[in-house]
Amino acid sequence: MALLEIKKLSKAFGGLVAVNQVDFEMNEGQIASIIGPNGAGKTTFFNIISGYYPGFEGSIIFDGKGLKNLTPEKVAKHRIARTFQNIRLFPEMLAVENIMVGMHMDLKASIFNIVLHSGGMKREEGEAYERAVELLTYVGLETRKNELAKNLAYGEQRRLEIARAIAMKPKLLLLDEPAAGLNPRETEELKQFIGKLRDDFGCGILLIEHDMKLVMEISDKVAVLNYGEKIAEGAPHEVKNNPMVIEAYLGIEDEEEAV
Amino acid sequence: MGTIKNYFKLIKEKQLIQLVLVFLSPVLFYLYSKSSIIFLLFLASLFLLYRVRLDLRIRGAVALLDLLLVIPLAGLENSYYLGIITQIVIYAVLAIGLNVVIGFAGLLDLGYVGFYAVGAYLYAFFATTQANNVIPESIYQFPLSGNWFWLFLPLALIVSAGMGVLLGLPVLRLKGDYLAIVTLGFAEIIRIILNNADKPINFTNGPKGLTPVKPPELFGIVMNQPIHFYFIVLVLFVMVFIAAYRLDHSRIGRAWAAIREDELAARTMGIPLVRMKLLAFATGAGFAGMMGVVFAARQTFVDPSSFGFMESIGILAMVIMGGMGNIRGVIVGAAAVVILQLHLLKELSTFLTQLSVSGILYIPSQLDPAKYEKLVFGLILILMCVFRPKGLMPAKRTMELIKGFRKKLSKESLIE
Repeated sequence: MALLEIKKLSKAFGGLVAVNQVDFEMNEGQIASIIGPNGAGKTTFFNIISGYYPGFEGSIIFDGKGLKNLTPEKVAKHRIARTFQNIRLFPEMLAVENIMVGMHMDLKASIFNIVLHSGGMKREEGEAYERAVELLTYVGLETRKNELAKNLAYGEQRRLEIARAIAMKPKLLLLDEPAAGLNPRETEELKQFIGKLRDDFGCGILLIEHDMKLVMEISDKVAVLNYGEKIAEGAPHEVKNNPMVIEAYLGIEDEEEAV
Repeated sequence: MGTIKNYFKLIKEKQLIQLVLVFLSPVLFYLYSKSSIIFLLFLASLFLLYRVRLDLRIRGAVALLDLLLVIPLAGLENSYYLGIITQIVIYAVLAIGLNVVIGFAGLLDLGYVGFYAVGAYLYAFFATTQANNVIPESIYQFPLSGNWFWLFLPLALIVSAGMGVLLGLPVLRLKGDYLAIVTLGFAEIIRIILNNADKPINFTNGPKGLTPVKPPELFGIVMNQPIHFYFIVLVLFVMVFIAAYRLDHSRIGRAWAAIREDELAARTMGIPLVRMKLLAFATGAGFAGMMGVVFAARQTFVDPSSFGFMESIGILAMVIMGGMGNIRGVIVGAAAVVILQLHLLKELSTFLTQLSVSGILYIPSQLDPAKYEKLVFGLILILMCVFRPKGLMPAKRTMELIKGFRKKLSKESLIE
């Protein structure tokens, strides 16, 4: 069964059509990528799924349920997690707290339990803390758990952001340019890591990425956007040789000049 | 090497001074309960207990002794300082409440005093003869007896929290400056309503205010002495302190901090934005409302002029001065501001007047420091912005409370 099924998705800002009649489908446990030149509407596409723009046309069906009148909170309830192109951690909170914010939906203690320090609340908090430390260990940040998020190195912040998204127990994880600003070695590690994420947590992963090597090696399927429209879709090797994709990235070869 | 040795010596000396202050000043305060300098030293020693390097149990014991024995005993001698301390504790509670809204959740609320007014008038209305104007005497002959005071504490908390939600619902879509302006307007609306709701039906007695408000009563004892109010506000303070501290270190406190840091990212984590903001508003408002009841009972008189805009600014100054988001910090802030307002500037004025009278130094009455309270305040806030922009005690996030739970957990699992 398809995990995410998007039909005729459109979003216009004033006169500018950022996403135009895009169809997209991905299955559970798949890693899919969306590529395209700058300004192609990739992040807008993500933002629509994340519920940041209330008004859009078309339909999104996630895990068999139609998503309508989206708000970010509702999207989160459907267990769709995401990271951001320009990392958005909670800078003045500890690394471990950042993860625990990601667990917010699964923590149930009421305000009375908290003020009275009921046993159930203490147990819940203690367990959440342990799980958060486990997740930090998973991304290799256990020694940095009591650092403020803003004091972490860039690569560490990227990993923390992914760990925070994983803490939401997502069925679908949206990664917006996870390799941005990473060096080749780190990108290679990221590739391994994304594969491991899928295997360990069984979530579908949808990523926007500019690093073609990463996209081609890791993806089960690739969709290409250009000027808001989907111009190609398929397995990585199919997409790579698609003339429309080459055109979008490199432009049309001017025959007269070439002569 | 030499410099390091000197440094260690300095630390030791500093600690020694701290220790002497912590142990000696309560004794001195008890013995010389009229000296202004010793009073200030004593207060400083209370706050030093946060920092001094001693076992937590010893620090706790000293704090308890100071609060439960030294202050009341000294207060029996000289109720002036007891009054100031009570005032500090009242404002500390208000500052903790405002800190929940501004420091934790990051919502700039300039109308906080409105909720204080709601609590004060709620009790004053029923604890004076005023309620007879609205409710027929055949049903009940007001004022209520002082025993009702205790019920009105939680009642005011609930009513004010409800007002907080009512105000919050429409305005929490606004952010930053806009929210500040609307909340400011809200407090003014409350004050103006209180000022004018004496006709056609006389609810609030207008600018003349309500008096005499019944003092609290417990087991037949009428609690109208300064010492009684000191203990009442101390108990409420401890409750509010614990509640705020626990909220800060819980899923709710983390959600507030996340909203403050990055609203969109917080929503993406599934944090219900409106509900959490309303909760922060309601919590802060509830604390203020509860303290309003105490205010009414302590002053035995309420009128709208006590709840002006400057009052909100004063509480805001405490929060900013102490350190937004840090509960201990805002308590220090409350103490500093109250001392300055009620004590230091007045002392300075009398001192200067004495100099003038005795002919040593001529100071025109226009330069009387007590008249320049707001100016001194403004200067202090500006200096704070330049030198300590995060307040005297900047907020610092820790996981100590939760780590405690974890230790307990692992102990339990060992037993199992």
